[in-house]
Amino acid sequence: MFREWFNRAPAFGLSLFTPVYYEHIAYSVYRAYTAFLLAVLLGVPIGLLMGWRQRVYRYTFPLLEMLRPIPPLAWVPLAILMLPGIEPPVIYVTFIAAFFATVLNTLLGVLTIDRSYFRAAECLGFSPRNVLLHVVVPGALPFIFTGLQIAMGLSWFALVAGEMIAGRRGLGYMIFDAYNMAQIPTIIMGMLTLGLLGYLSSALVRRLGRALMAWRSL
Amino acid sequence: MTGALSIRNVGKVYDPDGARVIALDDVSLEIAAGELCVVVGPSGCGKTTLLNCIAGFDTVSAGEISIDGALLAAPGRQLAPGADRMVVFQAGALFPWKTVLWNITCGPVLSRRLTRPDAEARARALLSRVGLAGIEAQYPAELSVGMKRRVEIIRALINDPTVLLLDEPFRALDALTKSVMHEALLELYDLSRKTIFFITHDLEEAIFLADRVAVMTTRPGRVKKIITVDLPRPRNYRLLATPRYGELKQEALEAIHEEALKAFVAGERELA
Amino acid sequence: MAQPLRPLARRLGQLARSAAVWQGLAGIALFLALWQIGTWLRLPMLRHVPAPLDVLVQFATVVQSRQYWLSWYVSGQRVFLGYAIGVLLGVPLGLAMGMSRIFHGVSFPLVEVLRPIPPLAWVPLSILFWPTMEQTIVSIIFLGAFFTVVLNVLGGVEAIDVSYQRAALSMGARPWHLFWRIVLPATAPSIFTGMAVGMGLTWEIVVAAEMIASIQAGLGFMMWQAYVGGNIALIIVSMASIGLAGLLSSTLIWALGRRLTPWLRRT
Repeated sequence: MFREWFNRAPAFGLSLFTPVYYEHIAYSVYRAYTAFLLAVLLGVPIGLLMGWRQRVYRYTFPLLEMLRPIPPLAWVPLAILMLPGIEPPVIYVTFIAAFFATVLNTLLGVLTIDRSYFRAAECLGFSPRNVLLHVVVPGALPFIFTGLQIAMGLSWFALVAGEMIAGRRGLGYMIFDAYNMAQIPTIIMGMLTLGLLGYLSSALVRRLGRALMAWRSL
Repeated sequence: MTGALSIRNVGKVYDPDGARVIALDDVSLEIAAGELCVVVGPSGCGKTTLLNCIAGFDTVSAGEISIDGALLAAPGRQLAPGADRMVVFQAGALFPWKTVLWNITCGPVLSRRLTRPDAEARARALLSRVGLAGIEAQYPAELSVGMKRRVEIIRALINDPTVLLLDEPFRALDALTKSVMHEALLELYDLSRKTIFFITHDLEEAIFLADRVAVMTTRPGRVKKIITVDLPRPRNYRLLATPRYGELKQEALEAIHEEALKAFVAGERELA
Repeated sequence: MAQPLRPLARRLGQLARSAAVWQGLAGIALFLALWQIGTWLRLPMLRHVPAPLDVLVQFATVVQSRQYWLSWYVSGQRVFLGYAIGVLLGVPLGLAMGMSRIFHGVSFPLVEVLRPIPPLAWVPLSILFWPTMEQTIVSIIFLGAFFTVVLNVLGGVEAIDVSYQRAALSMGARPWHLFWRIVLPATAPSIFTGMAVGMGLTWEIVVAAEMIASIQAGLGFMMWQAYVGGNIALIIVSMASIGLAGLLSSTLIWALGRRLTPWLRRT
């Protein structure tokens, strides 16, 4: 397999030196990161609100818990019917996976903030906006980033599945296509690439988290 | 001078899962403006509950609390927590994700009571006063517990509270650090002469710091005895060896030991 | 006969009076209402989606068919098998990695390289490797559960307070005791967390596998058939069924975990 991967003229048409390989990577990365960012932009605020205001929690949590157990993959047929084109369904399925993980971890993060910090903020006369900015968000940040790492992993997981079923390019599709054509080296190549990308993405999130939470490592 | 705290016939009943727990039962205490009053009692006697009611974190089931004649708490009425009753918390509540300087100045600056430069200048002055000059840019994780407590007390004082509430702030400190902290607290007290409401389970601490010591009974909490500490101010650790201190300690010990025993036997745990 | 009913009735009464329950139901009701209105208004996204009521009717119909419950059984069987093997292999491995430095050094790099590979990426390779499709699916499920469990168990072992070990050793404990009385109970919460998370993951995998690979039975297959056949209400019913299956199994694991770790209960 390694001979294939590093070959300038690969027998099955895919190696480190063929542009098609990078095309697949680009598509997968684009989908995974778009879905991930959407999940963060929607999931974190919702999670924060749910953890902070008990009212919001009471109205939304049961609904969330009913939708959450549905595996992201199970959304594929419905997503294909509801969303136009090829990209949106794949991104949506990936988004669902990352979204629930993000909301849950963010919610948990807010709930674990020591009550004393809120009380101190009350004494100090913080407005609700200040409480959100200076207590809720920084306090939940550790859990949020744990959640983001999990969400990142789940994104890749769901993405592969989505691409295998509904995609036309991307690493998942590449693997599936290679399988259909019995090109084993390509399959393994795809798998390892996925593993690498997944690992790097999680590491990226971890790095970012450590930078934002410098006060933790002191 | 302002800050006379009046606690009259205060009662507090908790009802977790239907089991009525009477935390406080007819507690009365009149604290003069500028007085340093220490409430001492065994675990579970309700002293933290009382502090929470004054601070506004909890409501009273009976009785009244007022400051300078203005009603603060009564059944069904509770003034929200505010800078007039700043609290220093037991386990410390400095925001770990902000610098020391931000922690101290956030109250006045965010409420627009002081401009940022003014607040920072005042903060630096207070820090050097207690021997902590130069730590402004550090984070709480970099400080020792003693340093953190001093910063938290300064954070409370800079907000110019009417009453300063301290919830066993030195509980986690070792005895040596504690005595240094006592002197730091008294120094700040002498500077500002704020009314201080201090709770602890440490008898020696209580007598050393207080103008008056209120001994509470075990649950349901009541004021058992009030001891006036007539030791001269400013106080220093040498007073601990004087005969007068010994007499006061004896008096307090007799009152509290019985309660401590009862609490131990009953297996009391802190509620609040 | 009245005796056992009274506490149940009281509990239901308590629930009925609880504001939280009504607010939760309100949230769900709002969701359903918006869905219903959306279909009435023929919103572009919901053009092909049936109304909640239609889904309910479909559910009532399909619940009576034997095929439906057979699907549950088939999927559940796969899940159970793959999951059980994953746990039976994963827990000991995690424990071994946590307790022996040498073992950890040898196996950790391999685990860390293989772990980020999404289980489904293994599908083509598995199909080529295993003789039957059933084995393929079970092996994928195994992989999903396995890595999750190993990770959690490892974390649990590494988090054990050294003081416990020291206390035991000073009381004359032998290595065997150390393992059964200290390491295992202390790691138990992590083991069960890993199992619960792994269980949730497992259902996702089985659905995906059933949709991709050419299988003739199971909940995932039922959903795919519904899609192919244009019965969208059935798609939704399948989705809900799968979700329910996942929820039930996870809850089972959580309950089991709580049962076996009574010392973790708080008053």
